[in-house]
Amino acid sequence: MASYVLPFEKPVVELVTRVRELRELAESDRQYLPELRKLEEKTSKVARELFAELDPWQKVQLSRHPNRPYTMDYVPYLFQDFQELHGDRRFADDAALVCGVARYRGKSVVLVGHQKGRGAKDNVKRNFGMPHPEGYRKAQRMYELASRFSLPILTFIDTPGAYPGLGAEERGQSEAIGSCLAAMSRARVPVIATIIGEGGSGGALALGVANRVHVLEYGTYSVISPEGCASILWKDGSKADVAAKSLRITAADLHDLGIVERIVEEPPGGAHQDTAQAAKFIDEALNAALTELSMKSADELVTQRYDRFRVLGAITSA
Amino acid sequence: MDWPDKKPGGLDASEKASLGKGVFKKCDGCGETLTTETLHTSFEVCTCGHHHKLSAARWRVLLLDDGHLDEWDAGLSPGDPLKFVDDKPYPERVATAKKGTKANEAIEIGHAKIHRKPIAYGSFVFSFMGGSMGSVVGDKIARLFERAAEEKLPVVLLSASGGARMQEGILSLMQMAKTVAARERHRDSGLPFLSVLLHPTTGGVAASFAFLGDVNLAETGALIGFAGPRVIETTIRQKLPDGFQKSEFLLEHGMVDRVVSRLDMREELAMLISHLCSSPRP
Repeated sequence: MASYVLPFEKPVVELVTRVRELRELAESDRQYLPELRKLEEKTSKVARELFAELDPWQKVQLSRHPNRPYTMDYVPYLFQDFQELHGDRRFADDAALVCGVARYRGKSVVLVGHQKGRGAKDNVKRNFGMPHPEGYRKAQRMYELASRFSLPILTFIDTPGAYPGLGAEERGQSEAIGSCLAAMSRARVPVIATIIGEGGSGGALALGVANRVHVLEYGTYSVISPEGCASILWKDGSKADVAAKSLRITAADLHDLGIVERIVEEPPGGAHQDTAQAAKFIDEALNAALTELSMKSADELVTQRYDRFRVLGAITSA
Repeated sequence: MDWPDKKPGGLDASEKASLGKGVFKKCDGCGETLTTETLHTSFEVCTCGHHHKLSAARWRVLLLDDGHLDEWDAGLSPGDPLKFVDDKPYPERVATAKKGTKANEAIEIGHAKIHRKPIAYGSFVFSFMGGSMGSVVGDKIARLFERAAEEKLPVVLLSASGGARMQEGILSLMQMAKTVAARERHRDSGLPFLSVLLHPTTGGVAASFAFLGDVNLAETGALIGFAGPRVIETTIRQKLPDGFQKSEFLLEHGMVDRVVSRLDMREELAMLISHLCSSPRP
């Protein structure tokens, strides 16, 4: 994977790279261990301090980082016996959205996630993680399948949005997303969504009608991209940084607004510096939520999900 | 009133403007000049068949028995969760919309009758911030479906919206999940939901409950789609074909059951309700 470094993450990336080198050394020679511990501590501290200062627009860039782990990158760390299931049974298979069954901590689950491509060629196949209606109809199939066989649903959100194209409109992008939301709201099993990168609007929400929603520390979730918002409001897409701030789309904002239950910590420098560690943090959060939700009956799960979304909004009565 | 024989001539631009204002309107379809009064009586439908936008108030007159809506939850107003400011603060924008439209929000809901059949009725107010769906619109749609399920009423909901309300950010996105879940509850009650898609219905409204009707009716010539035409043109870098995302296009692609002229809408709805509610529920 070609490595890509954003200007503001440079000092952290340098430290993280040195840690990685030293870790390799320490594996063969224990005398490097004390030095490694010291450097790890320093890296963690510097990364925390530097990343604590990041503005929303910089966090948006992190959430879209080309090296950031995507759904399929986490699968080997989180699951066993993963079998990808393809196709919407109507038109095609959409590679921008991956689905399947897998074992999570010994129990079978249904997995649904957006999938971005790595590099130009892969991105043609994955359509930059922007699903067509076929993707959403496949997801809908999975939600129904999960309900039928009483398997919890784990989703991973990471998309700029549903694809706005000719074919997508012809084949009913709106209806596909709407039906996906309906199928998710009806699911009679625990549903946990984790925003691992970009949560772009309705195309993200189609994987987000969950009993619990988690967001990675540098994940975002928004009704419209900051660029789109800026070009509508100020006719100027370059004011995206202002829009990113106004829209309140960072993990902390989402938690404040009650959109997510939990912010999942990322390793120093972000998930892309250490996929294994990021997966470990995701796993802890998933396990805690799933354990809790597994105590609930199917009716309770549907009701809890209904009530969770029912109260979201800001209203004053006259 | 008779059609004017010809367009008033021999006037300079300023005189034309003052003479035409509020008296004449040029049809967006055929370009013919009509009196506003003629258009008003024909519910803004030109003789050429072109449908101009119709206000929520006029829709009531057109569709409902005695034009009467027994309104529910009229007093709800949005908060300002994001403290959102574009060129003016969000609460100011809402206040301006209220003043300009004499509506409280971008939707009205309530109890009404069509051909003496009681229904739960909702209608977007497009002139109120583009019919955008924020917390209040989302909540009122949820209340519409919930109350309809409780009171055993079919739902007739007229959508006309540009989508989610940006100024409420992520909370407006959540309204999509809320409204769809409520629609599903109503579905379980065994009563029909007739979704009427007006011009324009796009974005978060199109991609939530609007296509989930037991029957979807599209008004003649309406623009209906997920993404707006400009967004698509920018994405695919080519011009869209004529009629793309119009009601007739959606019918052809299987997304709506019928394309209906506004002037036939009341009869069509009444007939559908009588068909779908004719058998006793199991």
